[in-house]
Amino acid sequence: MSRLDVHKTYKLYIGGKFPRTESGRYYSVNNTKGDLIANMCLASRKDFRNAVVVARKAQQSWANKTSLNKGQILYRIAEMLEGRKEQFIAELVLQGDTKKAAQSEVDLAIDRLVYYAGWSGKFQQLFSTVNPVCSAHFNFSNLEPVGIVAIIAPEKQSLLGLVSMIAPAMVGGNTVIILASESNPLTAISFAEVLNSSDVPDGVVNILTGKKDELIHHMASHMDVNSIIYCGQDQKVIKTISELASKNLKRTAFYKKKDWSSDESESPYFIEKTQEIKTTWHPTEF
Amino acid sequence: MHKTIDTNIFKASWTYHEAPESTSHVHVKKQYELFIDGKFTKPVKGNYFNTIDPSNNQTISRVAEAKTEDVDKAVKAARKAFKNWSALTGKERGKYIFRIARLIQERAREFAVIESLDGGKPIRESRDIDIPLAANHFFYYAGWADKLSYAFPNRKVQPIGVAGQIIPWNFPLLMAAWKIAPALATGNTVVLKPAETTPLTALKLAEIINESGLPKGVVNIITGAGETGAAIVNHPDIDKIAFTGSTGVGKYIQNAIAGTAKKLTLELGGKGANIIFEDAAIDQAVEGIVNAIFFNQGHVCCAGSRLFVQESVANLVIQKLKDRMNTLIVGKPLDKNTDIGAINSKKQLKTIENYIKIGLNEGGEIYQPVCDLPKKGNWCAPTLFLNVSQSHRVVQEEIFGPVLAVQTFRTIEEVIEKANNTPYGLSAGVWTQKGSKIFHLTQKLNAGVVWANTFNKFDPSSPFGGYKESGFGREGGLHGLKAYVKFD
Repeated sequence: MSRLDVHKTYKLYIGGKFPRTESGRYYSVNNTKGDLIANMCLASRKDFRNAVVVARKAQQSWANKTSLNKGQILYRIAEMLEGRKEQFIAELVLQGDTKKAAQSEVDLAIDRLVYYAGWSGKFQQLFSTVNPVCSAHFNFSNLEPVGIVAIIAPEKQSLLGLVSMIAPAMVGGNTVIILASESNPLTAISFAEVLNSSDVPDGVVNILTGKKDELIHHMASHMDVNSIIYCGQDQKVIKTISELASKNLKRTAFYKKKDWSSDESESPYFIEKTQEIKTTWHPTEF
Repeated sequence: MHKTIDTNIFKASWTYHEAPESTSHVHVKKQYELFIDGKFTKPVKGNYFNTIDPSNNQTISRVAEAKTEDVDKAVKAARKAFKNWSALTGKERGKYIFRIARLIQERAREFAVIESLDGGKPIRESRDIDIPLAANHFFYYAGWADKLSYAFPNRKVQPIGVAGQIIPWNFPLLMAAWKIAPALATGNTVVLKPAETTPLTALKLAEIINESGLPKGVVNIITGAGETGAAIVNHPDIDKIAFTGSTGVGKYIQNAIAGTAKKLTLELGGKGANIIFEDAAIDQAVEGIVNAIFFNQGHVCCAGSRLFVQESVANLVIQKLKDRMNTLIVGKPLDKNTDIGAINSKKQLKTIENYIKIGLNEGGEIYQPVCDLPKKGNWCAPTLFLNVSQSHRVVQEEIFGPVLAVQTFRTIEEVIEKANNTPYGLSAGVWTQKGSKIFHLTQKLNAGVVWANTFNKFDPSSPFGGYKESGFGREGGLHGLKAYVKFD
């Protein structure tokens, strides 16, 4: 006798919880044959704003965790993902990837988490300076997280792209609100389950599913978001984001690359993009 | 108990004789043209505007106004020059920049006098701070030109192209140096616009650039007001915009270049918190407060314009501050005794006076020492606002003048909260003799530059720039190179 499958309800991930969208709306995701795979939450402006509130609340204490601790939490995410590889491969296949491509993407996503876990406590040393000023002062410049980073994840390579964006922002002490791939959103919400079981404090990473057209405006214009990153090639979207970002001088980054599997897709410069430089002076004479 | 000093008696028994810096050694032409493609060129439309001495409102010189056509000529010259300049070896590029540094040093006195004449700042400041820092900035970045491969680990860098640079009137030559030096070191070419009220030292710099033998078109200096700036921002063949000025204009620029390939760095306004704890060295802190807000007439984006004094020492600090303010000499910029010079322009004086009115209307308690302000020119006495709180406009908004808003606090958590409760994030100051408290504060304050037991210090090797609405990007130091390179 065949057994009836139990399907997962895909919800949002905000503040460490899995709420449905407050709007009660959904959109359907189909496989290549046109069959329904899942109904995803169609996140609203209000969902995004709720995510900003929890991300702001979580930011200071996340940034204040030791770099060893942040590194270990990122490594823990990799461990958890490794253990659930099969599920992610299955979801990617369901969304239309070949088995081989799916396997390779999940492997790369895990390795990318390990890569950025390893940068914790090191990128600061790489990008900080002691500045030999021409007066009797000790002067140094170090990195601090920019704060809240809103991210529009790449449309393709929905897991690897998502991880490639979350990990550097997170290891840099930022909190993140990321809009998942619109057409391939399943792994993003399953990845939230991984985050949820990896000692990541509530609110550090928040994941939304929904329509870019609807949400990008709100992401780029929210006055309590410090930085916005868009992964994609749509020139109109880039223009809109830049215009709206000027309302509170958000730092913007646009990653147009289509392939996130190459070696160039990981570097400490992705972390640096989410950082501020602080310079401190103190006299050396009294 | 601290006793109030009768500073009027002190003043009466101590007369300062005028010690004016001579202007005899200074060459200012009656009229300046636009510096395009290595030549001083008349503006296409033939318009000129006056640049005046804000201490007496007399005209010093007439300066060409660059229109869209002139901006276009300058950009074309810069584009043409880019090919060879960016292909030159770093070593050779660096040597040109070293030359510029040396030439500024040789003519430092002349530059200092012109800076004070044109901008109103005390000669002591232009002589000891602005001009030497400008020369040092060129000297510092000259050395980077052939060492860029060490600056960005595991990356090869390229110059961006033609940089459009727009600078403010508060530190005219220094801001030109901050913009031009790193741009040249990294192989870019430049179209620079000084502010309309202070164009002269940039035009003198153009003379030096010619004397240095820098290939024509590598640096173009064009004068004009906001319209000229907008023409630079919107020019389609500029690859990078670097702007220092108000947050309002910064937002306009980010919006205007949206969707283009232009890169952007912005150094904008501020409302710096200067925090005095009860365990601070009080006399040093009072000097620090004065330097934080009255340096350069308060025309400083990183000025410590919000003072926070711990309640237990508030009366003492405020009294000592008032006493110190009574001894400040407001007067002729070229007098070496002068502590506070002229307000840069009539327009800025109006802005400041308007904020003083607003402060009074909102119920603030004002303190200004009695001082004899000259009859002619633009002047503002150093000003305190007491009994103000976070909701007052003089506490929230950048005044860009010698006006200090004073608040008190009880706990460290309270002052961190108050200090960070602003859209700006450029600078902050902390005064305490306890080391751990300093580092606790410097970590918690959302500001790009934090001065501990000091204030308003600058150096070519020290990155400067803001958090939040004070802009993005850094100028100075290794980090300042990033604004002018792209990765391969």
